[in-house]
Amino acid sequence: MKDKIVLSQGFEIQGADFVRGGEASCQIVEALRDLAFPPEIVRRAGIASYEMEMNMVLYADHGMLSLTVTPDAIMIFADDQGQGIPDIELAMQNGYSTATQEIREMGFGAGMGLSNIKKNSDKMQITSTVGEGTKVHIVIEANGARSNS
Amino acid sequence: MKLSRIIEELGLQLRTESCDLDCEVRGCYIGDILSDVMANSAEGYIWLTIHVHPNITAVAEFKGLSGVIVVNGRVPEPETLKKAEEHKIPIFTTGLSSYEIAGRLYLMGLKRAAK
Repeated sequence: MKDKIVLSQGFEIQGADFVRGGEASCQIVEALRDLAFPPEIVRRAGIASYEMEMNMVLYADHGMLSLTVTPDAIMIFADDQGQGIPDIELAMQNGYSTATQEIREMGFGAGMGLSNIKKNSDKMQITSTVGEGTKVHIVIEANGARSNS
Repeated sequence: MKLSRIIEELGLQLRTESCDLDCEVRGCYIGDILSDVMANSAEGYIWLTIHVHPNITAVAEFKGLSGVIVVNGRVPEPETLKKAEEHKIPIFTTGLSSYEIAGRLYLMGLKRAAK
């Protein structure tokens, strides 16, 4: 069956938790390595996942980061409850950011996160409702890429 | 270029235990904007930064960097070192600036490897 789920994991993400921020993506990377995906695919998934996770830490109240792996694809879904994005097209522009000075001082908020997600995924979908939250869904094609599949 | 040679010639202070210091350094990137480092560094690069918080470890892990040099005499947070040891990422400190470290690396012959 082509759409069989190989692995499904979910991680709760807490807004403003900078100490644990990034840990879910580390676990996703480990899981993908265990599934024997090639290093380049794992690296792309890691970068995209990390940017998605940190966006929730930086801007949302809380959220879920989920990983679903099928034989054909790696799918990562970020679903948060938070302020939302008023203008997605603007937010997608490289360099545009609404980050506070405090966030920028930590090296975040340069307006590169969403473009990094896009660059490292094959499909990216983003929807948002102001005052409710944001959903980001990415797909990384991995058709037959696993060395033991 | 071996990481161990860089440590010796630049007099870097190693702040983490149980890391591979025999690995090959393929290039260097300087950056204090994490997404920029994610976008423009590459596997095997050594990273020069002023940041001391635990997220530098995540960036190094996702990019497969060979190590992180925290410059300007800044001191990594204990949580940063703990996470770095978990992921076996060597973290160094130096009183020198990014410019001085990068200049010395370049003179040692460390050029930018293909990404």
